[in-house]
Amino acid sequence: MRRFGRLYSQLLRTGFAEAVAYRAEFLIWMFSTNMPLVMLAIWAAAAREGPVAGYSQRGFAAYYLCTLLVRLLTGAWVVWEMTMEIRQGTLALRLLRPIHPLLQWSADNIAAIPMRGVVALPVTAVLLFFARGELARDWFSWLLLCPALLGAWLLYFLVQAMIGTVALRFESAASLFEAWLGFSNILSGYLVPLDLFPRAVRDVALWLPFRFQLSYPVELMLGRWSRLQALELLGVQWIYVAMFLLATRAAWRSGLRYYAAYGG
Amino acid sequence: MMRALRVVRALMHASVALALQYRIEFAVEGALALLWMAVTLVPLLVVFGNRSAVAGWTFAEMLIVLGWFVALKGVLEGTLSPSLMQVVEHVRKGTLDFVLIKPADAQLLISFSKIEPWRVIDLLGAGIIFAYAFGRIGHAPTLPEVALAAALLCAAVLVLYSIAILVVSIAFVAVRVDNLLYLFQSVFDVARWPSTVFRGFLSVVFTFVLPLALMTTYPALALLGKLTPRTALGALCGSVAFATVARAIWLASIRRYTSASS
Repeated sequence: MRRFGRLYSQLLRTGFAEAVAYRAEFLIWMFSTNMPLVMLAIWAAAAREGPVAGYSQRGFAAYYLCTLLVRLLTGAWVVWEMTMEIRQGTLALRLLRPIHPLLQWSADNIAAIPMRGVVALPVTAVLLFFARGELARDWFSWLLLCPALLGAWLLYFLVQAMIGTVALRFESAASLFEAWLGFSNILSGYLVPLDLFPRAVRDVALWLPFRFQLSYPVELMLGRWSRLQALELLGVQWIYVAMFLLATRAAWRSGLRYYAAYGG
Repeated sequence: MMRALRVVRALMHASVALALQYRIEFAVEGALALLWMAVTLVPLLVVFGNRSAVAGWTFAEMLIVLGWFVALKGVLEGTLSPSLMQVVEHVRKGTLDFVLIKPADAQLLISFSKIEPWRVIDLLGAGIIFAYAFGRIGHAPTLPEVALAAALLCAAVLVLYSIAILVVSIAFVAVRVDNLLYLFQSVFDVARWPSTVFRGFLSVVFTFVLPLALMTTYPALALLGKLTPRTALGALCGSVAFATVARAIWLASIRRYTSASS
């Protein structure tokens, strides 16, 4: 266990150094996450004459800035890395190392979070300045935000990793992930707040895992839930995390048997 | 000129033939294009579930802007981005030399080097969106309106292409800029809304600095018969000027190109 701790912290340091080394590209990648702002534009225009379904212009601003913040902080890119390494055969090198490849990738993705935080700082500042009245007042919400963000990141990472294992059999998984992303954009509240959907759609969306990647932490920041409800939702989120963890592990094990290691 | 056209035809033939080899990919990517079109439509449906008009645009009118957006996004991601992404790769590996020594204009050669034919589905989708929108409005656009919209579409593609060329020109100075192209693609997402959605500073930026208004709003206004001749003329001249500047910058930056390999 102590040996594992030493290995993992070294991986984190290496990952962080990489993120710093490629900072220009990293920043450009971050800046291309602008969909919440695009959506904010249309809703702000729609709310010029008065609130839409309970959201004022300021309410929309708070919602989409929180969305942007959560998306910036909980990003992962492991599915593309997996697809590339599997196709080029360089996965073989990772398999030789004395630590599970998924853990190696997770270290890479976690190590980038401090850099993401730097990009997220201005967003936070704008949020606090323009929409402070819309944010949660209860300290308990902010306390729960930490495990909720971690859970959101884990869900995002695990889904990517699970879909990435498809590449072990079929060489590419990027299209499959793109399909997931399409559904996720709608059902996670990324494009439209879930409470603006028709009732039937919303009821389905509330039970699916998508919302726990994004809209749940956002709702915590906006103080939408009572303490008890927030705790219950956190429980559901982590049940999803556990389920995806087991599923990813199983998918990795069964997929690895098909790995052909071209070129490696 | 005839020769240039022949080169373009040969290039397109080759890149389409190459893409058609992967038939499953063709089907999968086509299905994905449909999915993303639906994802693009959802926010608009929700907005107009709550409002009958936004920033002076009705649902049907907004759909026409969205139609142009879907079509242009297909052009951008189906031909311009994949082709120009290859230039970045060429520069990095030093293989651009092989393009430069060919007896045809280098800009022409790289601009049509890779095409993703399944993005035709975007154009079809745009057609369906137009048909539905005009069905709601109740009358079809007149012939002069369609002609003007077509002219503006050419201008829009020209500007889009020029911006892409400008981005790639940077590749000769700072090598790894493929993600700069992604950044532009994501900024282009703003063009799904008519430019009156934005106010003040942003509206100036999206009309003159990064002319997204020219790409989707003006053609839509032309189809609706609401575009003044002055704005139309300004847009057409502006796009030609923009393309000329982009060409000049491309020529200047390719002159600075020092090969990486040989």
